[in-house]
Amino acid sequence: MSLAPGQFPRLLAGMPSSGALGLAAHQALHGPLTLPPRQRSRTGHPLILELERAGLRGYGGAGFPTATKLHAVGAQGSPPTILVNGAEGEPLSSKDLLLTSRLPHLVIDGVLAAASVLGSDRVIFALDEHARGTARALQQALAERRELQHRGAPAVTVNAVPGGYLTGQEMALVNVLDGGEAKPTTTPPYPFERGLKGRPTLVSNSETFAQLALVARHGADWFRTLGTATDPGTRLVTVGGAVSYPGVVEIAGGTTLKQLIGASGGLAQPIQGVLLGGYAGTWLPADALDLRLDAHMLLERGLRLGSGIVVLLPESACIVAEVASVARWLQGESAHQCGPCINGLQSIADALEELCARGDRRRTYGRIERWCELVIRRGACSLPDGAASFVTSALRTFRPLFEDHARHGACDACVGQRVLPTATVDPVYAG
Amino acid sequence: MSEKLRLDPIACTGHGLCAELFPERIWLDEWGFPVIEDGELSGELLGHARRAVDACPTLALRLERERRSTAVRSDLRPAGRKS
Repeated sequence: MSLAPGQFPRLLAGMPSSGALGLAAHQALHGPLTLPPRQRSRTGHPLILELERAGLRGYGGAGFPTATKLHAVGAQGSPPTILVNGAEGEPLSSKDLLLTSRLPHLVIDGVLAAASVLGSDRVIFALDEHARGTARALQQALAERRELQHRGAPAVTVNAVPGGYLTGQEMALVNVLDGGEAKPTTTPPYPFERGLKGRPTLVSNSETFAQLALVARHGADWFRTLGTATDPGTRLVTVGGAVSYPGVVEIAGGTTLKQLIGASGGLAQPIQGVLLGGYAGTWLPADALDLRLDAHMLLERGLRLGSGIVVLLPESACIVAEVASVARWLQGESAHQCGPCINGLQSIADALEELCARGDRRRTYGRIERWCELVIRRGACSLPDGAASFVTSALRTFRPLFEDHARHGACDACVGQRVLPTATVDPVYAG
Repeated sequence: MSEKLRLDPIACTGHGLCAELFPERIWLDEWGFPVIEDGELSGELLGHARRAVDACPTLALRLERERRSTAVRSDLRPAGRKS
């Protein structure tokens, strides 16, 4: 038995409503996985070529082509360490926890296939230390895998890392696992050149490995039977805010926002806007629901799904207060290493809070946009760029509301509870 | 071979000497941290750039041959190495 071409859902097929899908059920659903041979030549391993044909891109946020990454790390001369990034520091995302806790074998399949191609002898799964249930589910799944006892199998560990927005940044993750702080370092060198313990390291998101497992089993043509030519396959999206069933859904590339909302049980209340891509993403007006979630088409408009996040902001919330609270949180989550980020995010958060509290007689309102522009591409990581996108797109999309606050100060909704979480809340699907 | 100014934003502590020595391409933001304008560095400008690099107390500013690190990543070659 195996998933038919075009069958949907694909990643979430067979997902139990609680607990993890065991190995026997996983294999009954997907069929056995034949591990690909080790890469011999520097060019053209069949699986890497297949990943390229499939058009697989990372699902952690950056959307980097997976084949390119595998090829680069495989060309480094010594077998790479594999680091499975399940840290998911973005409070709006819970898809990696869901996947790892409910369908751990699909992620493990992808990791083993990559390890086999690259000749890796070391695999590390990194999970937020708060996700204990997920870590347990993953450990149990790993214990079921007999091939990990075989000679020559990679040594696999599950490592808990501190929670935090930046922990999932790949250099920060490498640094914290090597005993340092969860802070980015200046690139290059990139992890594929010098990562864990100075060794070449393949760092990819948990979902990316699960997708890789599907391509390894079924090939690129099968992969492309769902989605569009420019955004092939499916992806997981964490949907939050004013929908009837907030949580993780799987969508094919090119699905409209309207269809996504439908998959989440429809709108639970009227909305004033949509946040695409989380706290490094972009605000869109409430009438943007015909937008197609096709990663390539979005990128042409300067939009990103990030790690797969959509939030529907209810009309009852105050957008100015929401943006101020997230800006302050991001300022606190900064590694405080780079001058423009330290100063810029502080200034932006201060000005937004003042706008909410007292209005803006000193006209700091216009400066927020300038500060946002001033922090872009000036940090060691992209945290300031993401924060700038989050704030400026809100200013652009909801200008009358910001101007109203500038004139009159706090509104009634300013004092209510925030919709957007500013701490990694107990994950809905952690099991 | 064209050279390019590159700033390590973590190492930079905002002394600001670079902007004083090379105002043609480097200015300071309102917090005192350098903003580097892109553009070809040749002849006299390259000389100014070298002086700015030499003056940086934290070695945050460097001159690098254009290694196209992002482009390299997407055309399958690891940065700065022959494959």
